[in-house]
Amino acid sequence: MIELEQVSYSYGEGELLSDISISLSAGSFHFLTGPSGAGKTTFLKLCYGELLPSAGYVRLFDRDVRSLTRDDVAEMRRRIGVVHQDCQFLDHLPIADNIALPLTVAGHSVRDDQSDLTELMSWVGLRSRAYALPPELSGGERQRAALARAVIMSPDVILADEPTGNLDWEMSQRLLQLLVELNKMGKTVVIATHDLALIRAAKSQVQARVLRIANRHLTVGADL
Amino acid sequence: MAQRFQLSHVMDFIIGDAQAERAVPPTGFTARLTLFAATVMAFLAVFALALSVSAGRLSERWSAELAQSATLRISAPVGQMQAQTDAAMRVLETTPGIASARLLTDDEQRALLEPWFGPDVPLESLPIPQLIEIVEADIGFDAEGLRLRLVAEAPGAVLDDHTRWRKPLAAAAARLWFLGWLSIVLIFAVMGAMITLAANAALAANAKVISVMRLVGALDSYIASAFVRRFTLRTITGAAIGMVLGVAVVLVLPAADSQGGFLSDLGFAGAGWLWPLVIPIAAGLVAFLATRSAANSTLKELR
Ligand SMILES: Nc1ncnc2c1ncn2[C@@H]1O[C@H](COP(=O)(O)OP(=O)(O)OP(=O)(O)O)[C@@H](O)[C@H]1O
Ligand SMILES: [Mg+2]
Repeated sequence: MIELEQVSYSYGEGELLSDISISLSAGSFHFLTGPSGAGKTTFLKLCYGELLPSAGYVRLFDRDVRSLTRDDVAEMRRRIGVVHQDCQFLDHLPIADNIALPLTVAGHSVRDDQSDLTELMSWVGLRSRAYALPPELSGGERQRAALARAVIMSPDVILADEPTGNLDWEMSQRLLQLLVELNKMGKTVVIATHDLALIRAAKSQVQARVLRIANRHLTVGADL
Repeated sequence: MAQRFQLSHVMDFIIGDAQAERAVPPTGFTARLTLFAATVMAFLAVFALALSVSAGRLSERWSAELAQSATLRISAPVGQMQAQTDAAMRVLETTPGIASARLLTDDEQRALLEPWFGPDVPLESLPIPQLIEIVEADIGFDAEGLRLRLVAEAPGAVLDDHTRWRKPLAAAAARLWFLGWLSIVLIFAVMGAMITLAANAALAANAKVISVMRLVGALDSYIASAFVRRFTLRTITGAAIGMVLGVAVVLVLPAADSQGGFLSDLGFAGAGWLWPLVIPIAAGLVAFLATRSAANSTLKELR
């Protein structure tokens, strides 16, 4: 699905990530940990083509990211659902429209998928908040909405950046269960998180591997 | 079939994608700027167009009236008048490029002189020249060659082929015509610049919206079309208003009459009234191209 080969990345001065090689195969489940500022978000951005590696190769669905045209990048983003750390909503649109945005921009009529949308909103517990604007939601509600938007296109890969950062333990558990469910359906899942308790909790539910980024390098931990 | 296909594209464009429209929030001042610029520029374009069309019409009329005819004037002592006239007529008849030559009758000559001498000109007692009206064939005749032959055959004949009138008038009309079109080009260039400015402002104001749409998988063409459609329709609306106002003003300009000369002849005639309809269409095209290039260059900076 997603392959990185000797990837380095720098935002300008000094390398942030150095010589990273990893292959995220179809149906796998990974946690990504590491200190704040280590480059977890940067790593995920490399995985969905928002950033291009400074050196090395990133292959998404067996294609070198450097060879992708702008339209290819757009098409590819429909196959990779991303929960952004800062959510990235359109603040003037109700949350239901935000969740449906990937469908809208892909040219699907949302009316056709109305029942899917309602079901998805119930799934993340936001059905009653459908008409609220993003700034009117709590941090946790926004993160759940971000997850709903990430999965609405039924993508092959889900990359979640700190999806439980603002959630209480119970809600984190539920969100983890949602992601595990998706993984059981065959989706590739990557969750970046500081929350070691969450990783421990996942142990009983899914076969996951832990990736750790520190000091510019990525180390692959044992299977949980 | 191909036309139907394109028409449906145009309809799609006008109706638009309501959902895409909502994703990009309207930006008030760019909308007003576009509408205002389009209205004013279209208003001005009507006058520039009227100038061009009038100048074109005028030069055509002058050429048509003057080009096809020439005059031969024969001044000679009374005794030689008839002989020279006959000689000149013979020369004219054998000159290629002359369709016909005709002696002006006494009545016609009298009519020409009437403004100076009053109705009862004693034509017989005045030593006035004989006039011969020449009608050119389409191929035209060689005026210099004719003059040379006339010097030999009828020394009192003077050929007036109207070129000395026609040339400066045609040149003046051509300059006016050119000026009109130059103004139109400049007007549309300014319109394009204003729309580019407004579109860039709208794109900048929506930078966050654009990046989010891009992140969730929107194609560049999809994002651009939301802007292009808005600016194009807005410009067409403004240009249509300006065009109607401009035409209304041209309509109330004093009508052409014999006293007014060229300036009061400014306007459209007959099917020429359809010309202003081109303005909103051209404005729409300018807006389409300007906004599309603005959107594309903004999008290129984003991954
Ligand atoms: N666009 C950018 N330009 C320059 N530097 C950046 C940019 N984005 C991130 N950085 C820097 O790169 C480093 C890694 O950032 P990144 O967001 O990948 O960290 P992270 O591991 O996700 O941290 P956190 O756990 O706090 O989310 C940080 O020091 C950050 O300041
Ligand atoms: Mg981060």
